[in-house]
Amino acid sequence: MNRILAIAGVVIKELYRRKDFYVLLVLTALITGVLGMINFFNDPTIVRYLKEVCLLLIWISSLVICITTAARQIPAECESRTIFPLLAKPVTRGQFLLGKFAGCWFACGIALLVFYLFFAIVSESRGRDRAQATTASAAAATNAAAGTLVLAAPPETGHEGHGHEEPEAAGAHSLWINYFQALWLHWVLLGVVTAMVLLGSVVFTAPSSNTTISFIGVLGILLLGEHLHKVALQLTEPMQTLLSLIYFLIPQLEWNDIRQRVIYDHPPIAWVHCGLATVYGLAYAGLFLYLAWLIFRRKNLTV
Amino acid sequence: MNNVVELKNLHVMYRARSSRQPAKLAVKDLTLRVGAGEVFGFLGPNGAGKTTTMNVLLGFVNATGGEARLFDVNVREPIARQRIGYLPELTYYYKFLTPEELLRFYARIFGIPSAEAERRIGPLLKLVELEHAAKRPIKTFSKGMQQRVGLAQALINNPDLLILDEPTSGLDPLGRMKVREIIQRLKSEGKTVFFSSHELGEVETVCDRVAIIADGELKVEGRVDELIAKYQCSLEKIFLNLIGYETQPTV
Repeated sequence: MNRILAIAGVVIKELYRRKDFYVLLVLTALITGVLGMINFFNDPTIVRYLKEVCLLLIWISSLVICITTAARQIPAECESRTIFPLLAKPVTRGQFLLGKFAGCWFACGIALLVFYLFFAIVSESRGRDRAQATTASAAAATNAAAGTLVLAAPPETGHEGHGHEEPEAAGAHSLWINYFQALWLHWVLLGVVTAMVLLGSVVFTAPSSNTTISFIGVLGILLLGEHLHKVALQLTEPMQTLLSLIYFLIPQLEWNDIRQRVIYDHPPIAWVHCGLATVYGLAYAGLFLYLAWLIFRRKNLTV
Repeated sequence: MNNVVELKNLHVMYRARSSRQPAKLAVKDLTLRVGAGEVFGFLGPNGAGKTTTMNVLLGFVNATGGEARLFDVNVREPIARQRIGYLPELTYYYKFLTPEELLRFYARIFGIPSAEAERRIGPLLKLVELEHAAKRPIKTFSKGMQQRVGLAQALINNPDLLILDEPTSGLDPLGRMKVREIIQRLKSEGKTVFFSSHELGEVETVCDRVAIIADGELKVEGRVDELIAKYQCSLEKIFLNLIGYETQPTV
């Protein structure tokens, strides 16, 4: 375990000594910050759009960090030959792989924590501003119309637009649980992606090709994965079986995407569902790591 | 004498990269033994199979036949590498780390307790004369300095066997002398050193025994003084004759 953690430590050090993470954080902060300052048509629900954009940026940034970090680990170690002094020590290839996985995953976790902290601060501060503005404007309008002193109306909590159902607004406590669940499930998803990319990196030797293929694969799963079985039903054999097989083989990454619940302040999902999604994600990560180990353990590494 | 390195009928065949290329036999029936406390020179021209043999010993390449053992443990077992230090031909280290951090990392890999690691790092950096640059990232180092970091990392676990792949390659005369001094010092401490080199003068000075291989086959093995007495010429001439190089008469 100590060896795995030592290798993971080097991966984390590499991430914070490189500039990628800071660039992405600053970029996300900048775009969200600029968007947060704009007030479109005095719309009190604009904070939702802000949340949506911010979360989308966080998702893109986290996937970029995760895939680029994981994709370069093993090929870069082979290319720069740092793998040789390391494997010349009492380290098994399994420990090496697990160390790389743990390092990338923890590094992504740290990045996510920073991103979500920023998200929570932005969305909460903007949400409060808007609520106060709405309260004040509602009171002013009532006063003007009736000419009498009345209590300010509560802030509008409607969820119009986007074609979503009207859920009950979550309380402040539920909101934080929502944030935590979103962060947690996002991190689990990044674990699956990290393991998948590491598997790719023992197959494709060039980091650039692995990065490209991984990006296409992950985006394909996220955007199309859940629709594959519906598409399969409209096809003829053998394509129907093939597509259905792919649908059941690929990890359903969208299960870990609860952005909409955060954006529309839905009540948190049941903890048991959160746990099941975690187990499902970890099982896939384990499977990908096992396949990577099967390939990597017998691979000849020539100086 | 206990065998520290033992190769028995070692065969290494590299698979063909394409159907047009034939498979390459890199090492053919190599049998060698290196005893405890010896400084053993492993010589051969480029492409002779020296690095492949070292790669088998370090577990990077799987032998297609025969057996390789370190301290009587099969090299496929990671524990066989617990008591060895390895210095690659060129410097291959995490350039974003400082020498101190790198040594701390490798110490952790060997399971050396932090207090003990901290106790070892200072003297090691002093030995390779890098104490002034202990907190600078390796990427700012010259080639010679990086090679010295390599030597320090190879010694962090106080190894009983040092495997050095052309340790003086790319070093200036002063750097070479330093490496030679360190090898001599390790020898006086009873450590075993197994190293490959093209510097035959250096090998003659430092080694107890040598093996010369060419085309993956062992050509000769023995004590340096005995070989010189037997062939009545320098190690360089013995080497050139054995690899089939005919010296041209000078005009």
